[in-house]
Amino acid sequence: METKKIFHAPVIHEELNSLKAGDTVYLRGSIITARDAAHKRIYQLLQEGKPLPIELKDQVIYYAGPCPARPGLIIGSCGPTTSSRMDVYTPLLLEHGLKAMIGKGPRSARVIESMVKYGAVYLAAVGGAGALIASCIKKVEVVAFEDLGPEAIYRMEVEDMPLLVAIDARGNNLYEIGPRQFARI
Amino acid sequence: MGHPHTKLRLYFPYKTARIYISQFTRFERRTAFSSSDFQKFLPLRRKTMKEIHVSEITDTVARLCIEACYNVGDDVKALLEKAKRQEASPHGKNILDQLLENLRIAHELKLPICQDTGMAVVFLEIGQDVHIVGGDLYEAVHEGVRRGYREGYLRKSVLSPITRVNTGDNTPAIIHTEIVPGDKVKITVVPKGFGSENMSQLKMLKPSDGLEGIKGFILQTVIDAGGNPCPPIIVGVGIGGTMEKAAYMAKKALLRPAGQHSPDSLVAQLEEEMLQAINNTGIGPQGLGGTVTALAVHIETYPTHIAGLPVAVNIQCHAARHKEALL
Repeated sequence: METKKIFHAPVIHEELNSLKAGDTVYLRGSIITARDAAHKRIYQLLQEGKPLPIELKDQVIYYAGPCPARPGLIIGSCGPTTSSRMDVYTPLLLEHGLKAMIGKGPRSARVIESMVKYGAVYLAAVGGAGALIASCIKKVEVVAFEDLGPEAIYRMEVEDMPLLVAIDARGNNLYEIGPRQFARI
Repeated sequence: MGHPHTKLRLYFPYKTARIYISQFTRFERRTAFSSSDFQKFLPLRRKTMKEIHVSEITDTVARLCIEACYNVGDDVKALLEKAKRQEASPHGKNILDQLLENLRIAHELKLPICQDTGMAVVFLEIGQDVHIVGGDLYEAVHEGVRRGYREGYLRKSVLSPITRVNTGDNTPAIIHTEIVPGDKVKITVVPKGFGSENMSQLKMLKPSDGLEGIKGFILQTVIDAGGNPCPPIIVGVGIGGTMEKAAYMAKKALLRPAGQHSPDSLVAQLEEEMLQAINNTGIGPQGLGGTVTALAVHIETYPTHIAGLPVAVNIQCHAARHKEALL
C-alpha cells in the first residue's frame, strides 16, 4: 500500500517538481477558484497592466463554480468544470506565476508548452464528483468579482482533496498516455 | 393522490350554458368568458374534460428539478457499478469508485451530485383531452424552475448569450411540448450540464455517406469530445428527419432508461455496435484512459428526405439526471 502523497497549496516547488503524470495526490491548503468569466477579467487586467484582486504567484487555481450552500453547510457541490475553455487565457496566467491548475479534461498543446516553460502542473479532479469534493472543503470566502455569482473568485481551504496528476511539469500528459494504453482500434 | 386543483368538470350542454352565463353581469360575461370558452359549451353531447391547474405544474416542476439533481436513477447507478467491475484501468476503477461514493454523499448530505445543475430542459407530453387552467402554462414551468433552483440550493447557470449577464434564477427553461392522446400530462425534467452539452454535434451528411458515414460521425464526435464531457458518457443520437428533428431526437433519446435498447432490432444492433466501438477508443473514465468510455448509446430515427441524412449526437455525462411525473 503506497503512502498518501500530500500536495500543498500554495505550492512548494520541490513538491511540485516531484509530481509525475499518473500520481494520485491529496491537496491541502489554500486555493482559489476561477472559471470562464473570472479568467476573462484576469486576462484583461493583465493585458492592461492593471493590478489583480488576487495574487497569482505560486497559487493553485481550481476551475469551479459551486452550488449555493444550504443552511448549516459552508458550500454546495463543487466539482471541476471543463478546463479546455480556460486554455486561451492560461499561458498568460502561467507567465505571471500560476503554478497549478485543477480541472477536468485535456489541455491544449499551447498550455502544455507554457506549463513546461514556467514549471506548472495540471491536476485532474473527478468531474461530476461535486458532493465528494465539497466534503473536502473546510473554509470558503468570496475574494473577488462577487457580481459574477457562481463565477466569482472564491478562496477555499481544502483538506485531502483527491486529485490525479494529469500533466506534470515536464509535459507528460496522462490524457495521451492513458487512452493510448487502452485503445483497441 | 390528486392535487386539490385537479378535478373533472362536467361541460354543460349549450342550453344549460346559456342560463349559467345569464347570471353574470355584462362586464363579467366579457371578462370571464372568451370566445374559445363558448366553443367548449357548443358540443351537444355531455363530455368530461380533465382540468389541471397551472399551480400543480409549477409544484411538480420544482420538485422534479430538486429530485433530479440530488439523486441519479437506479439505471445509471447500476451501469456505473457494472462499469467499475469491467474497467481495466486502475485509475479508471478509482474514478468510478469516487463517482459511486459521490452519489452516496450527495444523497446523504442532500447535495446536488454535480455542481453543474444545468439548464432545465422540460419535456411536456400533454394529453389532448386535458385542459390547463389558471394561467400561462410556460410561465408555470419557468416558475417551477425558479422555485426548484432556489429551494434546492441549485446553481443558477443561465445567462444572456450576448451580454453574459446571469438571469439569477436559472430561467428560462427549455420547454418541449408534445400533444399526445389521453387525459394526462407527463412532465420530465432534465437538468442538462454543459460540460457534455458543449461536446455535442450535428451534421447534415450526404445520402452517399450511408450507414458507414453515420457510424463514423458518431465515433468521431465521441473522440473529439475526449475527456471533456466527463466520461463515462451516455450518447444520444438522432438520425433522420430535418436538422432540428435530428437534434430533438438526440436529446429525447437520453430520456430512455440508461442502457435500454431501441425496440427496433436494427437500431438496437447499431446501438450495441457503437457502444463497443466507443469503448474501444481507450478514452476511459474522465478521458484518462480505460475500457469504459460510454455507459450506453441510445439512437432514435425518423424518415428523412431523399437528398439528406441529418445526424445529431447529444452527449450526456455520467450524471444522467432526469425525473418524471404523471399528472
